[in-house]
Parts: sequence; C-alpha cells; structure tokens
Amino acid sequence: MDAIALLLAATLNAGTLLAFAALGLLINERAGIVNLGAEGIMLVAAIAGFATAVHTGNDWLALTAGAAAGALLAAVFGLLVIWLNTNQYATGLALSLFGSGFSAFIGIRYTQEKLSERAHYDIPVLSDIPFIGPALFRQHPMVYVAIALTIALAWFMYRSRAGLVLRAVGESPESAHALGYPVRRIRLIAVMVGGALCGISGAYISVVYTPLWVEGMVAGKGWIALALTTFATWRPTRVLLGAYLFGGVTMLQFHLQGEGVQISSQLLTMLPYLATIVVLVLISRNATWIRVNMPASLGKPFFPGG
Amino acid sequence: MLKLEVRPAPSRVMSVASPLLALSLTVVIGVVLFMLLGKDPLRGLYVFFVEPLKSWYALSELAMKATPLLLIALGLAVCFRSNVWNIGAEGQFIVGAIAAGGVAMLADAHTGRWIVVAVLVAGVLGGMLWAGIVALLRDKANANEILVSLMLVYVAEMVLSYLVYGPWKDPNGYNFPQTISFLEATKVPRLFGGMFRVNIGLVIALLAVAAFWLFMFRVYAGFQLQVGGLAPAAARYAGFSSRKALWMAMLVSGGMAGLAGALETAGPLGQLTPHVPAGYGFAAIIVAFVGRLHPVGTVFSAVLMSMFYIGGELAQSRLGLPKSLTGVFQGLLLFSLLACDTLIYYRPRWRSARSPRSEPARPTNVITPSTPTVEGNA
Repeated sequence: MDAIALLLAATLNAGTLLAFAALGLLINERAGIVNLGAEGIMLVAAIAGFATAVHTGNDWLALTAGAAAGALLAAVFGLLVIWLNTNQYATGLALSLFGSGFSAFIGIRYTQEKLSERAHYDIPVLSDIPFIGPALFRQHPMVYVAIALTIALAWFMYRSRAGLVLRAVGESPESAHALGYPVRRIRLIAVMVGGALCGISGAYISVVYTPLWVEGMVAGKGWIALALTTFATWRPTRVLLGAYLFGGVTMLQFHLQGEGVQISSQLLTMLPYLATIVVLVLISRNATWIRVNMPASLGKPFFPGG
Repeated sequence: MLKLEVRPAPSRVMSVASPLLALSLTVVIGVVLFMLLGKDPLRGLYVFFVEPLKSWYALSELAMKATPLLLIALGLAVCFRSNVWNIGAEGQFIVGAIAAGGVAMLADAHTGRWIVVAVLVAGVLGGMLWAGIVALLRDKANANEILVSLMLVYVAEMVLSYLVYGPWKDPNGYNFPQTISFLEATKVPRLFGGMFRVNIGLVIALLAVAAFWLFMFRVYAGFQLQVGGLAPAAARYAGFSSRKALWMAMLVSGGMAGLAGALETAGPLGQLTPHVPAGYGFAAIIVAFVGRLHPVGTVFSAVLMSMFYIGGELAQSRLGLPKSLTGVFQGLLLFSLLACDTLIYYRPRWRSARSPRSEPARPTNVITPSTPTVEGNA
C-alpha cells in the first residue's frame, strides 16, 4: 500500500515537470507557433536554475532563473520565426542543438556540485491521512501550481477575451490582423510565456526532480512534451492528464527496477519513448480528429499586409 | 523603422552569400565568447580554422570526420527538400552501426575481404529499417515523423546499450561495455597505403555526392520529390504520389545514415561501444542546411562542421575549454544561417513607420521548404 502511494506521489512529481513544458508549448501552438527548441530551452534553463540554486540556495530564485532563461531563448526564437519568417522547424532545431551544446558548456563546472538539503513539504492535517496523505499532500508546491495553472489556462483560453484573441491568432492570423490585433506581438508574447514555462520545467528537473546537473539530463522530455500537445488535442486539462500518464510510465520503470523485475534496464528506459510513439500513433490515426482540433495556422508563417 | 521588403525574385547572390555571412557572424560571436572567457581570440580562431588544416595528418582527420557528416547530410538534403522532416538520423546511424557490427562479428580467421561489402550493406539496411518504421507510422497512422524519428534515437541508444552490456559484450573485455574488436578482414580499407586513418569511406562519400546530384537534378523521381516538397498541391495535381515520396525520402536518408554508421564502426571505431553515437546525425542537419540542401554545398559545410569538431577537441586540450564548445558553435551557425537566409527573400529597407504600402504575398521559400502543415498532417 505504501509503495503504491509513493509510486503515485512520484508519478505526480514526474508529471508536473512534463505538464509545465507541455502547457507552455500548448500556449505557443495555440498562437500558431511550433517550438521544436523546447528541449534546448529546458536544458539551458536546467543549468541556469541549478547554478542559481548552488549559489543562492533558494529554489524559488532558481525556478525564476529557469523561467527567465527560457523566456529569453524563446524570444530569440520568436524574433527569428515571427519577424524574419524563418522556418519554424529548422529554427526550433537550431535552438535545441544550441541549447544542448551551450548548457553542456556552461554546466561543466557544476557537474560535481550538490545542492544543500532539500526541503520537505507537508500540508498539515491532510498529509497525515493514510495513503492519500503520502500520495498527494507531501508534494513540492509546484505540483499544485501546475494544477492551478492548468485550470487558469483553461479558463483563460475558453472564457476570457484575451484567450479568444490568442486562439484567433493561431486559427486565422489574417482575420485577427484584419480586426486590428497585433498578431506578431501576440505571437511573441505567447512564445515567450511558453518558453518561460518550459524554463520552469527545465529548472524543476535540475533543482527539484533529480536534483543535480548532468549533461543532457532533460533526456528527450522536451520532445515528449511536444508530443503531449498533440496527444491532448491542444486542451489544457488533457495536457495535464497526459503529463501524469507519462509521469506514470517513467515512474513505473523505476518501480519495476526496484522490485527486481527481470527486465533489462535498457528496455525499461525505453518505455517512455516507446509510449510516446504508441500514443502518437493511436491519437494520429484519426486524421480528421486531429485536423478539427489542431490550430489551423499551426506552423505557418504570417506576413502582415498584402 | 527597418522594414523587410519582399524581393521580386529570390536573390541568387544572397543564397550563396548567406552561409558565408552566417559563418562570419558565428566567428564574431566566437571571438566575443573567447574574450569573455579570458582566452586569446586569435588563438581560438587558430585552433578552429588553421590547425585542422596544418598537416597531412590533420587533413586526414578532417576528412575522416567530414565523411559521416557528408553521407548523412546528403540523405537529409533529399529528405528536407521533399519536406519530410527526418531528424532522427542519429538513431538510424546507431542502428546502421549495430547491424554492421553484427555482421562483422560473424567473421572468423578464414573470412575473405568480401565481408566488408556485407558489413556496409548491413549498415545501409539497418538505417533503412529504422527510418522505415518512421515512414510506416507516418504513412499508415499519420504519426508525426519529427517526433517519431526523434524518439527512435533514444530507443536505438538503448538497443545499443543493451547489446554491448549484454549479449554482445566481449567475454575477454574486463567487463567493459564493448564488443570484441572486429577482425582486420572486416575493416574498411584505408587510403594512401594506410599511412593515415582516412579510409575508403571518403571515396564513397564523394561518389555519393555525384550520385545525389544526378538523382536530384537529372532523375525524374528526384524532381518529383522536390515538387512534392515545394508545392504539394502541384505535385498532387501532377499525380506524384506523396506516399511514395515519403517512403523514398525516409529510406534514402535512413540508408545513408546507416551507411555512415557502418563506416564508422568498421573504420575508426573497430568495435561497438556505448560511445558510437557522436552526434553526427544531429550535426548533419546543420550541414544539410548550411550546404543549401545541395550535394556540392554539403561537401563544403561538412568540412566546415568537421573543423568545428576538431577545433572543439583542440580547444579542450590546448585552451582548457570544454569540448561542448563545438555544439555551441554548431547551434550558433544554424541560427545565424536561418537569420541571414531572410535576406534571400527580403530586402531590408529603412522606411518611415507611417507609409503603408501593400506587400506582395510571401514568396515560396526555395532553400528551406516553407513550414508545412504540422503535427502529422499531410
């Protein structure tokens, strides 16, 4: 029973980091921008966050540093794809390649560093409930923030005027432009907010989840987050559920290894990646389903005028 | 206010000048970076751009690193031109290496030199198999090829790791995760009487350049692929099958990456270890773009990228900088290139902010196919 509670707790933890990145990418894609640079952003944010945590000892500053690094990199990406109309795929790839090199470069002096004693979080009373307590109420505060963010984002997208504008920019930038909305500025803001969320995710990995710095430690989570937006057909609540599902797959792997199940560790490590492929295949098979839900101008450049 | 104005026709001058401009930009950023790190920038430039050319030995090393980059980039150029986004060449490279290694390990003392051919063919088939999975899932299930091909990189790494830690581990290897060293008969022959490490892979790569040039610009199937990439509607109207294009692009690029993997395994590596993946599959994406997705262009960019690799290693030993500097410069180069490519289609112009003038529609991007509909939709 306790083992299951711990597994559940770990699943929420692993799902949270995916949720931040995937929600960020969801905002990007709702504005019509695909950011294949998520992996690179997360890596740079991971080292930015880790370095901040090492020097200041403050996790919140570290997460803020990760968000700032993410927003900054995303801004560069945004300027290129939105104002210079560069190919979104190629530019995102460039960001990912740059990010993995750059993070390794500045991270080299932090590979031996360790963070001070990690804080434990307990919600009084609730965390003492048997089973439910250890499973749900002894989490890092960011776990609850992710849930709140999902609800807020769902409200924003479907219930607020600004959210409607955001979606309009992703569906039909021409119409939004004709109505007088600054399409490119809105897209840049969306890209930067998305980058900041990816940054939080990256910093969460190196400061809370692991917590240490290893070269390439994001290990494809940025790409999995990208797959999650498709899996969730661009809906915030489904993104969160998908993130927990993938968090569960990741944790199941450690759990099985711990239980001494006779499966090679490599096969278990493969699981999240294979699961991503399987999920993509299952969800994409229905092409109309995807087409109906996908922001209509996703990935298409917008050049005002003409 | 600086405005971008659409050129009536893409500038041919800029399409050649843009990579050079991008390289200069990267060098400028590099100089600033060296200064920030308190290193002599001239020394840094020397390490990256002069030392890799200084001796015959250095040139051989340069060619050896350029070979896999060139082979993979050729395949990717075809792929990207047909608007198929295979970014998992690294995985196809690994599976090619595994397949080649598997065949090489079958050899015994009596095996003839013919086995080299089998080793290389196995590599090609291995790469094609891995890319074929992507094509199959894209074709049958509409699954996004970017994400699937990338996920398969991680899967390939794990397969390799499983083999070298498990069934293929050298029993006399002091428990190191590595296979036996392959027999001499299975190794690709070296050039120049074996004086240097450069091997016949270089010749294969240069022949491939010619073959790809013919395929792209003189063969109907190559033309069909490119039409499909530039103007999917026109291709459909002409009756060119987009499915066929997808399969061909994936199999060609996968096969080339697999061949590169086989040449590495049966060449400089000589055995399988967890360190087979060296990032060539990702660097080759940059090589393909910087080389303008043109076979001849990729030769130059492969050499350039190879200099980045060797420069990074030298920077580590000579200047005490981390080797990952290579990755920083590679990323910067692609970034600058994409930014500079804007000048091919647009002309920057100073204009007062208040002079609205209608612009012609955005032209089709020839060098990098304009981003298509995304997330798994044709």
